[in-house]
Amino acid sequence: MTDPSPPPEPTAPSAAEAAPAPPVSPGEVLLEVTDLRTTFSSPRGPVRAVRGVSLTLRRGRTLGVVGESGSGKSVLSRSIMGLVPSNATRTGSVRFAGTEILNADAKVMRSYWGDQMAMVFQDPMTALNPVLRVEQQITESLHEHIDLTKKQARDTAMQLLESVGIPEPARRLRMYPHELSGGMRQRIMIAIALACGPRLLFADEPTTALDVTVQAQILDLLQTMQQDRQMAMILVTHDLGVVAGRAHDIAVMYAGRIVEQAPAASLFAHMRHPYTEALLRSIPKLEMSKHTRLDAIGGRPPDLVNIPEGCAFAPRCPHAQDRCLTEDPQLVPDPADPDHLYACHFPVHGVLAAATPVTVGAASGADAGASS
Amino acid sequence: MLILGRKLLQLAVVFVVVTFFTVFLMSLVPGKPEVVVIPFDTTPGQSLQKQFREDNNLDDPLPIRWAKWAGAFVTGDMGNYYSSSDTEPVSGRVKHNAPTTILLIIYTQVVSLAVAIPLAVVAAYRAGTKTDKALNSMAFGFISMPNFATALLLTYWLGVKLGWVPTQGYTAPSESIPDHLKSMVVPVIALSLGQIAVYMRLLRSDLVATLQEDFILMAKSKGISNRRVLWRHALRPSSLTLLTVAGLNVGTLIGGAVVIEYLLGIPGLGTLVGEAIFSRQYVALQSLVAIIAITFVLLNFLIDYLYTVLDPRIRERAA
Amino acid sequence: MTATTPKARGIEEVPLIVEQIDPELERRKRLPIGAWLAGGWMVLIMGAALLAPVLPLNDPNAEVASIPKLAPGQEGLIFGADGNGRDMFARLIFGARVSLTIAFTAVILALIIGGLLGLLAGYYRNWIGNVLASLFDIMLAIPALVLALALVAVLKGNPAENEGGLSGQVILIIAICIVSIPALARITRANTMAWSKREFVTAAKAQGATSGRILFREILPNVLPAMAYITLLGIAIAIVAEGGLALLGAGVDPPTATWGNMIDAGRQDMDEAPFIMFIPIGAMFITVMALNYLGDVVRTHFDVRESAL
Repeated sequence: MTDPSPPPEPTAPSAAEAAPAPPVSPGEVLLEVTDLRTTFSSPRGPVRAVRGVSLTLRRGRTLGVVGESGSGKSVLSRSIMGLVPSNATRTGSVRFAGTEILNADAKVMRSYWGDQMAMVFQDPMTALNPVLRVEQQITESLHEHIDLTKKQARDTAMQLLESVGIPEPARRLRMYPHELSGGMRQRIMIAIALACGPRLLFADEPTTALDVTVQAQILDLLQTMQQDRQMAMILVTHDLGVVAGRAHDIAVMYAGRIVEQAPAASLFAHMRHPYTEALLRSIPKLEMSKHTRLDAIGGRPPDLVNIPEGCAFAPRCPHAQDRCLTEDPQLVPDPADPDHLYACHFPVHGVLAAATPVTVGAASGADAGASS
Repeated sequence: MLILGRKLLQLAVVFVVVTFFTVFLMSLVPGKPEVVVIPFDTTPGQSLQKQFREDNNLDDPLPIRWAKWAGAFVTGDMGNYYSSSDTEPVSGRVKHNAPTTILLIIYTQVVSLAVAIPLAVVAAYRAGTKTDKALNSMAFGFISMPNFATALLLTYWLGVKLGWVPTQGYTAPSESIPDHLKSMVVPVIALSLGQIAVYMRLLRSDLVATLQEDFILMAKSKGISNRRVLWRHALRPSSLTLLTVAGLNVGTLIGGAVVIEYLLGIPGLGTLVGEAIFSRQYVALQSLVAIIAITFVLLNFLIDYLYTVLDPRIRERAA
Repeated sequence: MTATTPKARGIEEVPLIVEQIDPELERRKRLPIGAWLAGGWMVLIMGAALLAPVLPLNDPNAEVASIPKLAPGQEGLIFGADGNGRDMFARLIFGARVSLTIAFTAVILALIIGGLLGLLAGYYRNWIGNVLASLFDIMLAIPALVLALALVAVLKGNPAENEGGLSGQVILIIAICIVSIPALARITRANTMAWSKREFVTAAKAQGATSGRILFREILPNVLPAMAYITLLGIAIAIVAEGGLALLGAGVDPPTATWGNMIDAGRQDMDEAPFIMFIPIGAMFITVMALNYLGDVVRTHFDVRESAL
């Protein structure tokens, strides 16, 4: 089931890149999401998990989507990709390489999945099939999207494993997931996602389930891959520290909406939304266990079935005033910086850039500031 | 090795307890056993009844009697059938009848699984839809139909009304394959219906649980077809309970075979058990029950082994 | 049954798998119409069985029809007459009386004995529990029907000198009861084990509650739904078992009407008058289905895990 469009990507480093790809030159818009809304029907009523998100992603760039559990960030990435259950309804628009794919039929979506867009899931313990060998799990999508012989597929799989930094790839191919360490498994998941050379990679909390010591390695790997292959990447995390230094742009989500969006440098330098500020304060320190999450923000995220009137963050916001409880702020550009958007009636003037307590991402902060 | 040893010990315990229980049960039969088993001894001086007492160590206390019986059993001597003038070794009839029952059970399991697995996959994939509900109702119907009732209705419909299959009797495959298959249609369907329903419901509920696993979403995200996601990714991790139950059900099937073989005149082990009970051939019955119990335990070993084939994580732990 | 357990998740991870709904949840919301139908049938058939002697019915053993195998609806016999000219309807109701008495009594006795053993085996995780548990497993290695047959054979003893022995009904009750015990005990044990690990049991222990109190006041009420479920199923199986034993000639002695005896008699006349066989089969089928269905309602309503069984 190969997409019948022409040439292999020129930058392709391996045979795995043989996937067809309608040309999108570097920097060109690959993904355009407009007013995306995702609602799940549930016995309690509609769960409005994504409430009107718009974003643009260019080739070769990384967008960090940050928010607490329950902010809708994972649903957002799955909604863009179309991996939603049948009780979900999506409206709005998702254009991928210029084609509207929001309500494309399953067959069309399957030709995109794994081939044009792929996802790295949160927990490599549960996201790899326990009863299939690594080889089968990698070559499966190769066979699905590219016409390869068994031998070619295996060679490609070996190269992929090598490229994600797995020693003795031949031996690992014959193993089952439970025989590998967590970090190793996550590398394999990345290899699977990259197998057909996708142009858009979703990484959904790719390090949350991992040991702190390997988190940085996996993030570095993702970043390297993204740069080498000039992919567009959406990096979903609850941890601002993860995206710092790795994402070109950052979108902060709360209750299914983007509440602040800006190039990374600008966001860290002049954060305007109180929620972003709170998130930054709550970045886990290295010594904390991996389950410690954002305890610094008092209260809980709103119930997505009953989202309060006004600003959804108001009940937890230290700066909230009467207006916030009645009037829902819109996402508007900062008058001083049109690339910096926020949704707040009483924005803060945080200048925390110097204090950016990058934890896990410390290894390479290279091009965070080099954004548009 | 340790596991194998434990399994063997388990087998031994089951053998001892089950056979001791049967010996004990038989000792409860009121009256002199030799008179119960051989009510009309036509041999001169009623020597057969004496021989019966001797053969079965009836003058020994219960445990010794059991031990002597067990000693003979493990060397293949399953005791004798006694008629009014003669004896016949039980092992001969067992050898003659066992293949029929084994075939019947194999056919039944194959048919049951071959029907139940695809239905379960469809029901799980369409969980909550009309298809799922229709299949669930069908399962209720199947489960509620006693196997002998199915056998009788099919005999009437396929045998009496349509004349497609014989109403009675059995043809061995060595005689004629088509006739053999015809003679197996009614018993196999009769024994399969209930099992299809049980297997289907079990596998469906395990599949529904598996389909919520992350690795299924991951598999979907590779763009592979739903068919492949279901059959390749979801089925195997979901089939362990099914396997256990399919193994345990062999016991139920043997029980079912007793009735079905008797109703349809099929000369299998079930018929032997029935005969042994009604002609009060307690020695034979004891051996037959022992054979059935041992088969049952051995099958469960096999299933434990199959587990490790299906799920590599268990293989790891076992090694 | 996979070893992976889903992690605790935030609200955003509402079911995210394709084609994933919770039909169990939907079914639980209200009692389905089927439950009313099944319950209604059970009330009807049990009521008729209980009241059979006072209902205006023909004598089930009397020849009332002008000819044997009288077709249903004629001579005022709505289900016709059997091979001996006896009123099929009367036999069906009186048959229900015997068949249901056997099934209910046997299973309820088995539930009391097996349930108690299962509770003990599940609660005491020492050698007592282990020995009991192994015993249940071993008993299950003999197919229930084979064991029941053997028990009937032993209890009936030698037909030549059968005087003052147990009545056929009592023999069947004992046989079916004994073969049901290990299965009921095993299931009760599994559920007891699951509940014994709960916090409230630990809490009760910490407060110095006696074992008896914990077993009967803390654990038993929670295990009851599972026991109710398996009892309903067990009764259904017992009704079928009576039929199977009757067909093998190990049932209640004729001419007593039981559903099994009626089916056995009907199969002799299958060629000419299949309705004689169909009618008791139909009654048995509907009753068994009703019991299965009610069992399922109990299971879904109380969320009894099938895999724990």
